[in-house]
Amino acid sequence: MSVPANSDAATIAAAITEGRASARATVASALDRIARIDGRVGAFTDVLTERALARADALDAAIGRGEPAGPLAGVPFAVKNLIDVAGLPTRAGSTINRDRPPAARDGTVVRRLEAAGAILVGALNMGEYAYDFTGENVHDGDAHNPHALDHMTGGSSGGSGAAVAAGLVPLTLGSDTNGSIRVPSAFCGCFGLKPTYGRISRAGSFPFVGSLDHLGPMARSVTDLTLAYDAMQGPDPEDPVATTRAPEPAAPGLEAGIGGLRIAVAGGYFARGGDPEAFAAVARVAEALGASCTVEIPEAHRARAAAYLITAAEGATLHLDRLRTRPRDFDPAVRDRLIAGAMIPAPFVERAQRFRRWYRDAVLALFDGVDVILAPATPCRAPKGGQTHFVLDGVTLPVRANIGLFTQPISFIGLPVVAVPVRLDAGLPLGVQVIAAPWREDLALRVARQLERDGICTAPVAELS
Amino acid sequence: MPETPPPFDPDAYAAAAAPLLGLEIDPAWIAPVTANLRVLAAAAELVAGFPLPDAVEAAPRFEA
Repeated sequence: MSVPANSDAATIAAAITEGRASARATVASALDRIARIDGRVGAFTDVLTERALARADALDAAIGRGEPAGPLAGVPFAVKNLIDVAGLPTRAGSTINRDRPPAARDGTVVRRLEAAGAILVGALNMGEYAYDFTGENVHDGDAHNPHALDHMTGGSSGGSGAAVAAGLVPLTLGSDTNGSIRVPSAFCGCFGLKPTYGRISRAGSFPFVGSLDHLGPMARSVTDLTLAYDAMQGPDPEDPVATTRAPEPAAPGLEAGIGGLRIAVAGGYFARGGDPEAFAAVARVAEALGASCTVEIPEAHRARAAAYLITAAEGATLHLDRLRTRPRDFDPAVRDRLIAGAMIPAPFVERAQRFRRWYRDAVLALFDGVDVILAPATPCRAPKGGQTHFVLDGVTLPVRANIGLFTQPISFIGLPVVAVPVRLDAGLPLGVQVIAAPWREDLALRVARQLERDGICTAPVAELS
Repeated sequence: MPETPPPFDPDAYAAAAAPLLGLEIDPAWIAPVTANLRVLAAAAELVAGFPLPDAVEAAPRFEA
């Protein structure tokens, strides 16, 4: 009794709750699909067969006793390997962290998803220490885009995007500091939610840039994204920036549609500097939503520069001892940026933080006039694996530093964003950012759901046999 | 971001800063490190070009 391994989470949970499938058969089916397919995709770094089957048996027994199964009953999921999993060293894409003792317990987000009935089946590949937009990893091998294996997944949550797009699991967790959920969601053609900064606890995850780090879900449907988001909300004293707001579930209003919402397209900085397809994807979404007006997000280019500085400086501070003692064990591309980041004069960083305050106030004022803003997620489709440069708007630029040029100014002030996938043609997918005011994830999710319902945004499983 | 950083000598700067930070830089890493320093300096110049009022305080821990 199982549902197909590549089913979405809501379908799996319904089948298990209603007794049409068992958790054990469903998890076993997912483990089998991972074993057959992941060798080509490179999404997983750890598969937790024994643990997952034991949890599935426990859930089946609980359901047999008539106990509530939870909204994610029996849903297999996996997490970026910077999130603690009991018994594993939290490697965060590095080789250095493998010398750490195994995590004593799961991270908060894992515990909350499992409390809702979901079952952890593994940990996922990522760019080293999350300082990455490509999904490439010199230690574990690169994650490959399931829609075209010779292309990047995007990063740094590359395994999270690949696992969802390949149908290995319906739900993954990633982290997003400058775009690391939204970029792989766009390149891999799935839905991703970067919540408001502080909404979801990061306790029990390895940090990168504390003042910019977020955790969030990735999935093939907006309903699945919402189920996971709702299950993970809530205060957590173990994360110093976790909100004290009570959970605000988005599921009850998810089907409310877009009536009454004021939706605008980001102009200026967000309407240039990318491939025409990136803007065509935004235009398709805007047309479907009837969004005809444009707003200018002020000084977005400076916001990106400020995010770049803060990231380099905070990241370098976090890793300074490791840079002193084990510099040769880093990915060279990460090490060289961190060393440079350690050398940034303090006034440069302080100025960037002061600018951040100004920019926050300026952007929040825009939400007096609009509810949702649309912008490209990436400036292009997924580049080829190993590609170092691309041409954007006639200018040759390094890939790594520029994939996130449209995501960085948004996460810089912690705004919630749903990345929605758009397929313009038979080629690789693109992504659009559906951006809302702080704490209004519900609006971004409602818009995403409308787009999904209208067939504008879909996330089919990649054709891998 | 602009391509041109303010005029400074990133090689000399990196060589001077590394001992202060307790870092040893392999000669093979100098070129990529200084290339990154140039990008960071250009970003800093771009941020510094915005006329911030003195009353604007830092937001090292952003609260929405």
